[in-house]
Amino acid sequence: MGQNVRVSYVNRATAAASFSVSFTVGLYGIAFGAAGIAAGFSLFQTCLLSLLTFSGASQFAVVGVLGAGGSAISGITTASLLGIRNALYGLRMAPIMKLQGWKKVVGAQVTIDESTGVALGQSELGESAMRQGFWLTGIGVYLFWNLFTVVGALGAQAMGDPAAWGLDAAVPAAFLGLVWPRLTNKKERALAVAAMALSLALTPFVAAGIPIISTALLAVAFGWKVRS
Amino acid sequence: MNQMWIAVIGTSAIAFGLKYFGHSVPERYLSNPRALRINTLIPIALLSALVAVQTLANKSVLVIDQRVAGMTVAVIALMLKAPFPVVVLGSAAASAAVFHLL
Repeated sequence: MGQNVRVSYVNRATAAASFSVSFTVGLYGIAFGAAGIAAGFSLFQTCLLSLLTFSGASQFAVVGVLGAGGSAISGITTASLLGIRNALYGLRMAPIMKLQGWKKVVGAQVTIDESTGVALGQSELGESAMRQGFWLTGIGVYLFWNLFTVVGALGAQAMGDPAAWGLDAAVPAAFLGLVWPRLTNKKERALAVAAMALSLALTPFVAAGIPIISTALLAVAFGWKVRS
Repeated sequence: MNQMWIAVIGTSAIAFGLKYFGHSVPERYLSNPRALRINTLIPIALLSALVAVQTLANKSVLVIDQRVAGMTVAVIALMLKAPFPVVVLGSAAASAAVFHLL
């Protein structure tokens, strides 16, 4: 710090990208807040998931599994399998961020799809812009995500029967919106169809939550060979 | 402590542990190509399964109800490259409409 006056200079393009991503993604917090309440979590528990877990897909998964009658263990396992990618993002960002002490705690908490995505998107502007993109997006999403979680949860509390407002379809639609951009090739689409088929086939026979976790084995099978 | 609390605390603790772990291990320990490939596929499998189960299951019974209408709208919206909030709200509106008709 201090040896370079540009340390305090924030690249405008980086700041703009960070803000637009933060706000847009933060808005999905409404859907999560509503999903948490619809699944039977309290307002406080729903907000704690956004404050502490802070990883959209994992949060939707844990409320989805418990809302469908799954056990805490099933919910935690599904959410954690979805959270593994954050460890890989941390691994990718660590050499750029070089975080220590409390900054590492805060930085780790905001290591998610969006902060990593924006940071990597700034690579042409240099490592300083990448760090700015990471922090601005990570903290921006954190603030908006938590704010809109409260909004969505309070809204859902006021609504009453979730089905009357279409919340029961909004949750799987949110999952579909999360998975859709990831289906970029034939193998990925085949895996998606196979996972749907396996989970539905198992649903009548095993405890809720297990049909979902079991599809991780399909991912292992599909990813084992390089080609196909 | 009930299931909800166990889930909230357990999920949060593991989520943070995974993130912190990523910032703490040398890169070479996690750069196995097969592991990386499987890691990108795991969210696809789990999220797809969640879509299917949350649309067609009611506890352990498979049912066709208003949610199917909602998901149909969601698929159309995604095919038209609609933004996420449109997908979710469109799906909710269609499902709610069918719910009130049935």
